[in-house]
Amino acid sequence: MSEIDNLIKAVAEAGGDKGILANSDIAHLAVNEHKILSANKVEGIEVEAKETLTGIEAKVIVLEGMKIKNPVHLCFGVLHKRGTQEIKMDVRLEKNASASFIAHCIFPNAENVRHIMDAVVEIGEGAEMRYSETHYHGMHGGVEVIPKAVVKVGKNGRYFTDFNLTTGRVGRLEIDYSVTADENAVTELTARVFGHANDDIHIKEKVVLAGRNSRSIIKTRVAIEDDAQAEVIGITEGCAEGARGHVDCMEIIKDKAVAKAIPIVYVTNPLAKVTHEAAIGSVDKKQMETLMAHGLSPEEAVDVIVKGILR
Amino acid sequence: MSFFEIKDLIFKAGDKKILDGLSITTGHSEIHALLGTNGTGKSTLAYLIMGCEGYKPVSGEIIFDGKVVNDLKIHERAHLGITMAWQEPVRFEGISVKDYITLKNKDANPSHYLEMAGLHPAFYLQRMVDKSLSGGERKRIELASILALNPKLAVLDEPDSGIDMLSTQDIINVINAFKKNGSAVLLITHREEIALIADKASQLCGGKIVCSGSPGKVAEYYKSRQCLVCRDEVCAYV
Ligand SMILES: Nc1ncnc2c1ncn2[C@@H]1O[C@H](COP(=O)(O)OP(=O)(O)OP(=O)(O)O)[C@@H](O)[C@H]1O
Ligand SMILES: [Mg+2]
Repeated sequence: MSEIDNLIKAVAEAGGDKGILANSDIAHLAVNEHKILSANKVEGIEVEAKETLTGIEAKVIVLEGMKIKNPVHLCFGVLHKRGTQEIKMDVRLEKNASASFIAHCIFPNAENVRHIMDAVVEIGEGAEMRYSETHYHGMHGGVEVIPKAVVKVGKNGRYFTDFNLTTGRVGRLEIDYSVTADENAVTELTARVFGHANDDIHIKEKVVLAGRNSRSIIKTRVAIEDDAQAEVIGITEGCAEGARGHVDCMEIIKDKAVAKAIPIVYVTNPLAKVTHEAAIGSVDKKQMETLMAHGLSPEEAVDVIVKGILR
Repeated sequence: MSFFEIKDLIFKAGDKKILDGLSITTGHSEIHALLGTNGTGKSTLAYLIMGCEGYKPVSGEIIFDGKVVNDLKIHERAHLGITMAWQEPVRFEGISVKDYITLKNKDANPSHYLEMAGLHPAFYLQRMVDKSLSGGERKRIELASILALNPKLAVLDEPDSGIDMLSTQDIINVINAFKKNGSAVLLITHREEIALIADKASQLCGGKIVCSGSPGKVAEYYKSRQCLVCRDEVCAYV
């Protein structure tokens, strides 16, 4: 089987749609380790991608006013047990452009795999970007995932991200996102992670509400069990009149897992308002009792609640 | 012996005696309305019947279908056929109404139960059972979900609270649906028109049942306020 067939097979096994890479109406970029296996452009998007010694470098531009109908699919795989994959992404959405991206990060056999993502994103005036990243890890826990993004959301721009790592072992995760929002810009950052065994989770997300009436939500949902650890830092700075930010962090712990939440709220303009809520602890008692009164065993009830918050 | 029976139940929260030798019975497919002013211990009784954490009687027996269930856990009681709808049902993130109603009974048709509770399935099936639901919507969904369980005994803690006046009939229909399905219902309510659909009624005061009989009679007694004078003492009417 060729490398691309193997990647398509792994995507399908992870629940993805294997027809996507064959569909010429859908833009995609498929990478295994540091090899670009397949790429497709659609009208309105310019992509320049090249292989480097340890990964790839890609520049993506969504042209002014272009609304890309189908989500752009990005497949990043390391199918071997070992390997390093460094992805450098430079994404620019020009004025009033809109596009959504779906990234599949697939490391099913990882025993010692490093996946580093370094992204610079610029969302132009009135542009909208949605980015959803889903990880499929194997059960070995030998993965290191280090996604870093520096994002600028222009005036009236909109930026939504969704990071999901709920299948397989996390390994070590170190998210570092930093967003600056201009006037009227809207930012929503969501992360959902389920840690097991000795998984080590660090999530740091920062939004600077620099422009008037800019708005943001940082939402984090983490469940950890066994000896896993999680630290979630949500930072929101309200620097302009009418800026509104909210940090919403929920961590459910089981067994000997240890969770930490550090919401940092920093307001320099009296007409800005930033709020935060953080709930850490075991599963809510009343939720448990309600589900048990419906006939679920305590184990089933925990499962339903955790799946719900990670959904 | 009655299908469901509580005998001489005493329960304390800390030093405070909340139930003081309460006894009550309910037959098969019988609706038993329980009246009582705020803070008399109605919800406490519901938690004791369900076996919630922290609700262990000091003494007395909860007997279901001939079996003392005092030492059973919540889900073990649920497996016998006991369930309850909470006065203030909790919210869940990421669980759709459809999944919630079919959590245990996968064969249940969620649309059917939503309709029974007066909700339009098309508007609700895909909604989440989370903070986005209004109070009344959440209550109706809870009723729909426990109706779908086909329980043998449903404890309904104020199914009518938070429900708009125009929809009282919806709630009456659901309660009657339990009865029609063969469920016994312990119906906690503050509304007379709801209590009147019951087969019998009791008034709780001072930790005890102070009056039992036809719903009309008990409601009259309750409204006559004869019992309010003895809040913390045993009622003279017993
Ligand atoms: N843990 C506790 N510690 C002290 N008092 C408690 C505790 N739990 C309940 N109570 C008291 O027990 C009494 C009964 O409460 P309960 O919730 O059962 O009342 P209720 O009859 O359901 O009232 P309502 O009509 O307002 O719903 C109240 O006075 C309440 O304050
Ligand atoms: Mg109550």
